This record gives sequence, C-alpha cells and structure tokens, in this order.
Amino acid sequence: MKRFTLALAATAALALSVGAAAAQEKLKIGMMVTLSGPSAVLGQHQRDGFNLALKQKGGKLGGLETEVVVVDDELKPDVAVQKVQGLIERDKVDIVTGVTFSNVMMAIAKPVFDSKTLLVSSNAGPSPLAGKACSPFFYAASYQNDQNHETMGKYAQDKGFKKVVLMVPNYQAGKDSAAGFKRHFKGEIADEIYTQLGQLDFSAELAKIAAAKPDAVFAFMPGGMGVNLVKQFTQAGLSGKIPFLSAFTIDETTLPATQDAAVGLMGGAQWAPGSTLPASKAFVEAFEKEYGYVPALYAQQAYDSALLIDAAVKASGGKPKDKEAMQKAFRTAQFDSIRGPFKMNTNGFPVQDFYVVKVVKRADGKFQTEPVEKVFSAYGDVYAKDCALN
Amino acid sequence: MSLTLLAVQTLNGLQFGLMLFLVAAGLTLVFGVMDFINLAHGVQYMLGAYLTAVLARVTGGFFSGLALALPLTLLLGLVLERLVFRPLYARGHLDQVLATFGVILILNEAVKLAFGAAPISVPVPDLLSGSVLLMDGLLVPVYRLAIIGAGLGTALLLWLVIDGTRFGMLVRAGATNAPMVSVLGIDVRRLFTAVTAFGAMLAGFAGAMVTPILSVEPGMGDGVLILAFVVIVVGGVGSIRGAFLAALIVGLVDTLGRSFATDLLKLVVSAPTANRVGPALASMAIYVLMAGVLAFRPAGLFPSRSAG
Repeated sequence: MKRFTLALAATAALALSVGAAAAQEKLKIGMMVTLSGPSAVLGQHQRDGFNLALKQKGGKLGGLETEVVVVDDELKPDVAVQKVQGLIERDKVDIVTGVTFSNVMMAIAKPVFDSKTLLVSSNAGPSPLAGKACSPFFYAASYQNDQNHETMGKYAQDKGFKKVVLMVPNYQAGKDSAAGFKRHFKGEIADEIYTQLGQLDFSAELAKIAAAKPDAVFAFMPGGMGVNLVKQFTQAGLSGKIPFLSAFTIDETTLPATQDAAVGLMGGAQWAPGSTLPASKAFVEAFEKEYGYVPALYAQQAYDSALLIDAAVKASGGKPKDKEAMQKAFRTAQFDSIRGPFKMNTNGFPVQDFYVVKVVKRADGKFQTEPVEKVFSAYGDVYAKDCALN
Repeated sequence: MSLTLLAVQTLNGLQFGLMLFLVAAGLTLVFGVMDFINLAHGVQYMLGAYLTAVLARVTGGFFSGLALALPLTLLLGLVLERLVFRPLYARGHLDQVLATFGVILILNEAVKLAFGAAPISVPVPDLLSGSVLLMDGLLVPVYRLAIIGAGLGTALLLWLVIDGTRFGMLVRAGATNAPMVSVLGIDVRRLFTAVTAFGAMLAGFAGAMVTPILSVEPGMGDGVLILAFVVIVVGGVGSIRGAFLAALIVGLVDTLGRSFATDLLKLVVSAPTANRVGPALASMAIYVLMAGVLAFRPAGLFPSRSAG
C-alpha cells in the first residue's frame, strides 16, 4: 500500500512538472450538469461522455493541458446561477459546458454571456437562445429542443398516420413538445392528454387511448414518468397494437428499468448507440469498457462537445482567452462528430440529420436504441431566422 | 364517453386508491398512535422497493424477494426508531419534520450511491403476468388485480389486528391517550417501537408491490408521500378506516378527474381552452378536496372513533 502511494505521488509529481513545462497556456473548463435528484443519471451520462473524450485525447483539448471543474446544478436555477458565478469568478474558466435542463440554461445564460465566457451546451437547447436571444458566446453540440419532437411529427406524417393521440406532462416543455410534433404533422390529433408532472399511474390515460383507437401515440415523458408509462403501456397490451412514438422518453438512461417492456417502441434522435458509423461504434465500445453501461445520446453530445472544443481551440491557434478568435473558431470548426455530418448554424445550433430510433435487445442481453429511418437531412431549427447574428 | 369507459375508469380509480392506501396505512398508524410526523415514510417505501428489486434478482423470484424484503424493512424501521425517532417523541412537530426530512435526504443519496442514479427494473412475476380483456383493445394486467387484492388484504388484516387483538387494543388506547396507557402499567416505549416497525414494514410492502409497474429510482417515495398525506388528512389522522375510505375517494376523484375533466369542459368551452383548463383542474382536484375537508371537517371525514 505504502509503495503504491509513493508511486502514485511520484507519477503525480512527474505529471505536474511535465504539464507545467509543456503548456504556457492552460484550458480551464467548468462543467455544470445535474448530478443530484431523480434526473442525476442524465448529468452522469454527460460527465462521463465528456471525460472519455478528454481521456482519449490524453488530457488535452486543442493541444492545451485541460482542467475540468465539475459542479452539480441540483436542477435548481438559483443554485446554478451561484455556482456558475463561482466557476467564472473564482475558477476563471474559459468555457462553461454541460447543462442538462433548459430552465437551468435560461437562468445561467445571461451571467455567462455578460462575463464574456463561452457556453457550450451538451444537452439543453431552449428556443429563446436559438432565436431572438441568440448570442455569439453560445454553441450547442446537442440539438434545438423542438427538433426531436418535430422528427416524430414528420415521421407520423410520412407514414400516413391519420389519427394520433398526444400525451405530454402539463408544463412548458410538454406544451413545446406538442407544438413541435404538430409542426410537421397535418393529420387529426384525436386527443391531447396533459398529465401531471411526476405522474405515477397512467391507467386512466391508457384507457382513453384504447378507446380513441388512434393510428399512433406520441409521448414526451422524461425520466421516471417515462419508465412508468412504458411499463404500463406494454402491460395494458397496447404495445404492438398502437405504434408508440416518443421523444426523450425511451433512451439508455431508462432502458435498464423498462427492459423488455420498451422493445419495439420508437423515439426521435440525432444519434443512437446502435448507429453503424465506425466512429460511433468505437465510441460506444470505449464508453462501455470504461464505465460499464450503454451510453445514451446525452453521453454522445458531451463527447462531441469535447471534440468541438478541441477543434475550436486548435483553430483559434491555442488561444482560448482570445474571445473573437474563439467565436470564429466555433462557427467554422470542423470535427468528426460521431453522429455523422455536423455543421454549425448561424445561431450556434447544429445543422444535422435526425432519425427514428427503435429499442432492441442486444445479443449480450442489454438494451439500446438503434436508428431505423432517417427523417430529416441537414436539418436546422425554425428559430435561426429570428437570430440577428450572421 | 361510453358507459364501458366510465366503468373501466372507475375500476382504475379504485385500483389507484388501493395503491395509495397501502402507503397511507402505515403513515396514519404511526401518526395516530404516537402523534409523530414521519416524513421518512416515503423513503421507507423506497427502501422496500429497492430491497425487493435487488433480492428478487438475487433469489430469482419476485415472491422470495418480497418475503425477504419485509423483515428487512421491519428491521430498518427498528433501527430508525431507535436512532432518530425515539429522542423526538417528546419534541414538537417541527423538530420531527426537520429530523425526518434529514432522513429523506440521507437515504435518497445513500440509495443513489449504492444502486446508481438510473432506475432499476423489476419484471412482473410470472404467476401474475397475464392480463384480462376489459374492453375493446384494452387489457387489464392481472398484476393490477393483485394490487387491488393486496390493498383489500392489508385493510382486512389491519382491521382484524386493530379491532381483534390485545396489540390492537393498545394501539387504539395509545392513540386516544398515551399517558393514561402508560399509567396503567403498559410499556409505551415498547408499544411505540412495535408500531413504528410495523408502519415501516407496511411502507416497505407498498414499495415492494409497486415495483413491477412503477419506476424504482432514488426519490421515488417523495411524490407518493404527499399523496399519502392528502389521504390521511382527508380520512382523519390516525384512523385506518378513514385512510381506507379516503384513499378510495382520492383515487376515484383523481382518476375520474384526469379521465373526464377535459372532455366535460369541451361541452361548454372551446377545445383549446378545455385543453388548457381541464388538466389543471384535474391535478388540483384532490387538493381542493383536501382543502374543503379541512375547512368543513378539520378532523377528517372519518376520524377514529376515539379522537372526537
């Protein structure tokens, strides 16, 4: 034990001296994700995805020694604002990344922009930041929130579904989801069911759906609600009879809980671990080897955030403190996203492909989603036209 | 809105109500007998769910998992009683709320450290995995009927114990006037310990029963705790009979509200307005019910006979 400690100390000392010698400039990144409460698993995927990329790059992004300070926003906007100010003023980070939920993003956006710090989202993509309130300091490696819902609406339209029942929680994101779905779906909405946030039992809603006999159901039920819904939907014998379309409801954060009940259900996403792209396969394999669980899209987005930052810092000539050079670099940065083609739109959000993904059981008994059909190609968001940046 | 759908939704409401009763029974027992507010009841429910999930996986069967989880939740109840609750019996409600809230935070985080933040899976036991065709295109899983059975069974058992045994007599006496029971030579401390442990086991049983249909995750008990409090306030604090009837009422009001409020509103206002107002009204319904009960019958709809 003693020898081990000694060896560790020696290695650390060595690493320190090498680091100090090699890098005049250091890159400091603050990662803010949700790591407590029921949604902690999303933040965990983001953190692990980012760390994997950093590890594969030997602890350097854009050739600079990189230090990451991870903080938990506790999914409380007021706490998040305090902690992000700590990151900016005390830790003097060059870039803030992560951010799991849109309400947290909206709370921290202003203080981060005011301090002229770059903000790279690895999940939340609220519509104000894509439109009127867009900023040259904001870049998303994820998506704009509406797009995954739009994907399912477009899919329902393309499949010729005539009659669809929507089911979303009764809060802002739920209403946005329904609006996103309806943007490309022109058929009949047989019923819009707004449920309570955190609802446990869906028997009443499932009976209504069975009575309405729709061609498909579209649901947005993040987290534990989704687990409850998927289990109960399948137990009520509706799975297989009524196509189940969804967004942020079935992914690798909930599949360990729903398991077989989710097989065959569909969602909309820009990436799924079943993707056959070589870069994606390598990522999934490395991720599972390192952390022992199947990565969800949150992990992929965070991994890509690290690649994006890496490319941008490199393009800026290794000057993360030069804001103008960094902004230009982020807009034009070329990197090999593991999701496939990726281009930065004028509003700092991606232009990318979207797929319908389906839950499958793998040969090793684990569950994952895999892309089954491309719905949008090189798709930007509808808010970009309201953004004054160019 | 057919008659069949109404019947199905009524059944769903009763089923949800019995699920709530399973959670509320232990809470009202502890509150009624000891005048002790146990916010940790929700995490005891969560521990019951986690223990069942893990033990079911280890032993290879839901029922063996359940059978092992029950004594363990009882034991955990004893430990909590000894370490946290006992010093607080003589203190005010605020101290009890603070301490048991602390227990919630600690146990939620502990569960996350031990089992991870992601929800875990419990399959429906084979024996109860079938389903019954209830209406065109809708199956009712046998497991739902099992929950109805478990709720009714628990109610029957509690009634037999509380009304028919010496232990039950002491519980009733303790609920009415604990100092007097003590004066009569009964060791109230032991009675309290027994009631708390029994209450913890009831919470654990409720948690175990919902594992195949609900998400087993850290914090799963927090939302349920609020509903359980609504039930015991409506029913009359400390009354098992009250908790039973109130659970059914709350289950029915909530389910029927969610099922029909929007559709009924559409008869009088435009569809978009109904879509906006209906769900809000439906989710308020049980709290409005509770406020009404508090305003007009502060002791609850069915207070325990002795409480008045």
